[in-house]
Amino acid sequence: MKIAAFLPKLGDKLHKTAYEAITAAHQVQALIGGDVVGLAIDVDQQQLERTAHYGLTRLIVAEHPLLANTYSPSAFAKVLHQLASSQGIDILILPNITYGKELGPRVAVTFEAGYIADVIGIESQNGELIFRKPVYAGKAIIAAQLKTAKKVFTIRPNIFTAKAAETAASLNIETFTPELSEADFREKRLSITRSTGKLDVAEADIVVSGGRGLKAPENFKLIEELAEVLGAAVGASRAVVDAGWRPHSEQVGQTGKTISPNLYIAVGISGAVQHLAGMSSSKVIVAINKDKDAPIFQVADYGIVGDALDVLPRLTAKLKEVLHKS
Amino acid sequence: MNILVCVSRVPDTATKVKVADDGKSIATQNVKFILNPYDEFAVEEGLRLREQHGGSVTVLTVGGQESTDILRTALAMGADKAALIQLVNPDSYQVAVNIAQYARNHSFDLILFGRQSIDFDSFQVPPMVAQLLDLPCLTIVSQWSVTNGTVKAERDIEGGKEEFETALPLVASVQKGINEPRYPKLPDIIKAKSKPIETIEPVAVEPQLEILSMEIPQTERRHVILGDSDEDLEKLIQLLREEAKVI
Ligand SMILES: Cc1cc2nc3c(=O)[nH]c(=O)nc-3n(C[C@H](O)[C@H](O)[C@H](O)COP(=O)(O)OP(=O)(O)OC[C@H]3O[C@@H](n4cnc5c(N)ncnc54)[C@H](O)[C@@H]3O)c2cc1C
Ligand SMILES: Nc1ncnc2c1ncn2[C@@H]1O[C@H](COP(=O)(O)O)[C@@H](O)[C@H]1O
Repeated sequence: MKIAAFLPKLGDKLHKTAYEAITAAHQVQALIGGDVVGLAIDVDQQQLERTAHYGLTRLIVAEHPLLANTYSPSAFAKVLHQLASSQGIDILILPNITYGKELGPRVAVTFEAGYIADVIGIESQNGELIFRKPVYAGKAIIAAQLKTAKKVFTIRPNIFTAKAAETAASLNIETFTPELSEADFREKRLSITRSTGKLDVAEADIVVSGGRGLKAPENFKLIEELAEVLGAAVGASRAVVDAGWRPHSEQVGQTGKTISPNLYIAVGISGAVQHLAGMSSSKVIVAINKDKDAPIFQVADYGIVGDALDVLPRLTAKLKEVLHKS
Repeated sequence: MNILVCVSRVPDTATKVKVADDGKSIATQNVKFILNPYDEFAVEEGLRLREQHGGSVTVLTVGGQESTDILRTALAMGADKAALIQLVNPDSYQVAVNIAQYARNHSFDLILFGRQSIDFDSFQVPPMVAQLLDLPCLTIVSQWSVTNGTVKAERDIEGGKEEFETALPLVASVQKGINEPRYPKLPDIIKAKSKPIETIEPVAVEPQLEILSMEIPQTERRHVILGDSDEDLEKLIQLLREEAKVI
């Protein structure tokens, strides 16, 4: 079995989900045996070397002048297909982030592989892989098989996490030159803007979200202050996004972002199913709500029943004291 | 401009999900099915582009006979034509192959999708269709302009934004923010009831995905609910640090 992890980059760095793809590949290897290889496109050597701390021993990076610092779904799908074919890959794993979501299905087609998205667990039975995937906004989970010989799947971020080991595996990096022309770039990227200074909800380990219970847009200052102490990103419910208090990029939920941070703090959010759809796979959930019967408490690990406007400043002050002391 | 909008039929977002007797699908009794919310944006965008550039909007779904209800919703919004490729419970690959075949038999400048179908949240059909048709593809578009065959589009990615330029013919999936879908008016809803819906035989293609079982997740939460006194807040911090070890 040849198992490949696609290692996406964002900006000039490997995205953190690249390491998770490696971890998932090793899980597949442990289940059904085989070799693991990393596949990357236009990523610099220093970045690639970090994967050795996640146990990767072999990596192929596609390099071509046309690929430098750009992205195009058609061209990248073509390169990834060539990379995978050159290695005789049977199983290709991509992170379920934007690039993985659009490259996975395209490569599955050219590769004549079955495809399944947003996997949260991998098992095996009689040598066949079984994938677990949330459906209906996380209200149910399916176990499914791909009936094709070759398989492509994406993994939900922050599920297949692993710590970097102190010692690096001995990693062999090879370069691959794809066959590529200007015409393969059917979508041209004009610009990429990284949201600077502000952590993205989809990226952060801790997210503090506010809802209508905050009462007024200016009270989000209290959310921002708590987020800052925790090094967290600010999220929001749809109610406050629709009201224009917060930008859509902060919305968590079915029509916003689906996230699984280590800690999710919901403040003044009732816990509607569509909101839960976006955050119920968070590792630890804290709810702050003045209504002890709010549905959010049913999914919470820890809850504070109280008025957010009164609780937040005191909680932030106490956290500051505790976290800065240690 | 000839536009194809692909739509799917999904349980209403507020549905309480129960597993059916077969142990691998949801019980559909008392479940309200709706036009996938993201596909409303796609239908609306198709209508707006037709209003600007002329042409026609065809809505297409792959599903059982019951899927005509969402086609009627789209017709009531203003779509010109509707087609049903009749295939009960298709997997996403079968859907993509069938849409691609339909598109090959017609000629569309633009094939529009919602960013995801909220049943399986796969984000899968649009890129597959693009690859099958060898067309350029933009996904999760939240803002764009389509003029003289040139498309400039913007989308959010993890931790940032990207802008693309491409050309028609194109496959695109759209996201909230691109427009505000119109509500069909009562007379249009009535008129839509008698509009013809073309029924098409599916292409024979094997599904790739086999669902073995479905279960309701039992997430074990600690459910420690505290008050709002200073002691309780200190307790919370202590629990987060020592029990949950997340800060
Ligand atoms: C198709 C569809 C898609 C949707 N997608 C999303 C989505 O992606 N994300 C999303 O969030 N929603 C989504 N929704 C909307 C969702 O149904 C809810 O309407 C929304 O989440 C409610 O936001 P909220 O909790 O901030 O407001 P509310 O439901 O109004 O809740 C406010 C909460 O604040 C509490 N509160 C009030 N005052 C205080 C105070 N002083 N201190 C502490 N607590 C207080 C109240 O007890 C209440 O629980 C969607 C709905 C539909 C139909
Ligand atoms: N059965 C279907 N028939 C037609 N279009 C579909 C179907 N399923 C999904 N789509 C389209 O593909 C988009 C993405 O769906 P998915 O890949 O299932 O997340 C949806 O928003 C629809 O536009």
